[in-house]
Amino acid sequence: MRLAGSKKVIADLLDLGGTEEDIVSLLPEEPEDMWHANNLIAPDDIIRAHAIRKVTRTTNTGSTSSERVHTDLTIRVTSTFFDPAASALHVSGTVVKENGYVAIGQYHTLDLELNRAFTLLKPGGWDSVARETLQEALRPESGDDLAAVVMQEGLANICVITEFRTVLKQRVEHNIPKKRSGASDMDSATKAFFDKVLNTLLRAVEFDAAHPRTLLLASPGFVATEFRKYILDLGQRTSDKKLIGLAKASMVVHTSSGHVHALNEVLKSPEVQTKMKDKKFYGETRLMDDFYTRLRKDDGRAWYGLKPVVRAVNEGAIGPGGGTLLINNSLFRNMDVATRKQYVDLVDKVKAAGGEARVLSSDHESGQRLDALGGIAAILSYPSYDLDEDPEDEEDGENGGGNDTAEGTTVI
Amino acid sequence: MMGRLLLDLKVVDQRTVDKLRKEAEKIGKSSFALAWVLDQRTEERARGVTIDIATNRFETDTTVFTILDAPGHRDFIPNMIAGASQADFAILVIDASTGAFESGLKGQTREHSLLIRSMGVSRVIVAVNKLDTVSWSKERFDEITHQVTGFLTATGFQPKNVSFVPVSGLHGDNLVNRSTNTAASWYQGPTIVEELESSEPTTRALTKPLRMTISEVFRTVQSSLTVSGRIDAGSLQMGDALLVQPSGEKAYVKSLQLDEEPVEWAVAGQNVVLHLSHIDPIHVRAGDIICDPAKPIQCLDSFTLKALAFDFLMPMQVDVHRGRLHSAGTIESIPALLDKVTGAVTKKKPKIVKPAAVARLAIKLASKVPLEAGQRVVLRSGGETVAAGLLE
Repeated sequence: MRLAGSKKVIADLLDLGGTEEDIVSLLPEEPEDMWHANNLIAPDDIIRAHAIRKVTRTTNTGSTSSERVHTDLTIRVTSTFFDPAASALHVSGTVVKENGYVAIGQYHTLDLELNRAFTLLKPGGWDSVARETLQEALRPESGDDLAAVVMQEGLANICVITEFRTVLKQRVEHNIPKKRSGASDMDSATKAFFDKVLNTLLRAVEFDAAHPRTLLLASPGFVATEFRKYILDLGQRTSDKKLIGLAKASMVVHTSSGHVHALNEVLKSPEVQTKMKDKKFYGETRLMDDFYTRLRKDDGRAWYGLKPVVRAVNEGAIGPGGGTLLINNSLFRNMDVATRKQYVDLVDKVKAAGGEARVLSSDHESGQRLDALGGIAAILSYPSYDLDEDPEDEEDGENGGGNDTAEGTTVI
Repeated sequence: MMGRLLLDLKVVDQRTVDKLRKEAEKIGKSSFALAWVLDQRTEERARGVTIDIATNRFETDTTVFTILDAPGHRDFIPNMIAGASQADFAILVIDASTGAFESGLKGQTREHSLLIRSMGVSRVIVAVNKLDTVSWSKERFDEITHQVTGFLTATGFQPKNVSFVPVSGLHGDNLVNRSTNTAASWYQGPTIVEELESSEPTTRALTKPLRMTISEVFRTVQSSLTVSGRIDAGSLQMGDALLVQPSGEKAYVKSLQLDEEPVEWAVAGQNVVLHLSHIDPIHVRAGDIICDPAKPIQCLDSFTLKALAFDFLMPMQVDVHRGRLHSAGTIESIPALLDKVTGAVTKKKPKIVKPAAVARLAIKLASKVPLEAGQRVVLRSGGETVAAGLLE
């Protein structure tokens, strides 16, 4: 993503509120930029971008004619929709500046396009999290992303792991008969399965000089090893240099299952770690592991869920000395302004207290693990054991009748 | 060991074994010849491990048995769960050779016994194998018996349902025929087959609506869609209309086979092969459930589970196993910790569940799968079994 300053547009938007500083023009250049844009654009923001709109005109005689017109539209965002597989972002909202084709208040959905600039105005100003997201978006692409095939017998998940997200490109399922029906049947079925996976992989992920990627093959047992051998054999038989190169550059990693969440194990394996040390997601995976270990040990420093974390932040328990707030970026996305502000305040408070605040990408495996915990978790600087016994629980008890207290007494 | 059992029972003839031995010698693994009776896949033979369950049947004077040879290697536990879910009894094979038993007890033996217990198998025959390598030492046998008994009772098996037999898979001692080795003369108890014959079969839900888990889907001459599996409940006969879940497609029973013999009907507990008609093979996968169209099983993507934890549980991603079915899911929340005996709620919304605790878990699956109350489910994570329980 690049900044694309256009004085005219900025001047044009100023009357909608905010100052010149609140307006940013951006030029998305890669599919990944659409994902960043989705994180930046929040409801109530104002966005101006190129649009194609069907305009219907009625003539005096009553006949109608419709045509598609190219125009620039300015809308106030009500919702966004991001299609991760196609990296397409659709932004819906109401028109706030009329022109010859549309009136104020009409609905329009903008399809943001690559290599076409759009201008974003946040009338309430940019908060710290939004600023950080913007900085991340503007950072030049580090380039090499990973392709991974997580597989087991009869099932393969083809994923691309980039700096910020894991995209499940395609899921391949194939019925492989079990052994009673004879070994030869099974071998041909396995071959057909490998064939299907390889073809899908080559179609879903680009492997060429412009996109150098490492290919990870992960599976329980020997499936991945066999698959690698299959690619190599096929390459040698058809003297296809591309396939041979692909097989040679691929790494086989052991996982316990062929489901997408086994990617965690892939990212943790020593083979991958040496390659990926400088990546953002590597740090995130490690942080989540650290969090889970602490939770297991029950050392009082790992807490999850909004209520305990908010209490910890208010107590200043997430401070210097290892205090870390883990929060998913999905919590900042598509939410009303007040809730978003609450989360932003949390991040700001932790930073002010000297702790670390990490915004995890919910489209990565680590983010999805965090999602299971409610999207927010924290490692405290010091142990604290009573964060979940907050006064609100007692209030719940009162509402729910005397039952809760009765149970409480039997335990004690 | 299973290969030897089948050979001694004359299910497999010497000629087949000789042929296998020749093939095995070709790749320099002649000792695997007996294992190859059941390990038929090229991969299994090349690597020398059982990957998938193999079924075979044998008859004794009184009873007909179906054996499922299940893999033990940790990567193939999903297949073992599939096997255990179809079984009435389990034979747990323990390697008695020095060092192997100790390392097994820490690793796979533990997980296996937990799994067979949580899949509802209560009768276990422990075959203490490879006793010939320690010259049929009675001390070794007693030591293993002692340790494994303690460990199995801790897992929840009743001592009266556990029995021990010293065997040698390589030579065939005490499998079908009593050992002729003088060093083993101290053992006068029943052989494996005698133990099996004396085991009481469990009662079956014959009158309940039909439920059959498909364990294999393949193509035969009779039908392009042939499925095999064990009838969990109910009965079926030729010409019956069936419903395959989760696809919700109807099919008809063209014909069915029991133990490779065509039959007219089959009931719960039997392992059958069904030839289906009027259905496209893409709608049927291993792990699907065949049920009565009048009383179909529901497809759920979220459910609650009363589970016994083997490891720390918290909201996390897990693999959900039920028989052949193997699906990705997450523990969404932990509504309550329960008392082990009474089942009463001891703590609401715990942060974490410790090993050996019982808890109610809310599970969300990535896709809809056929499930119903009372089914046994195993949760695994990172290659380890973390919990097992009953669907509520």
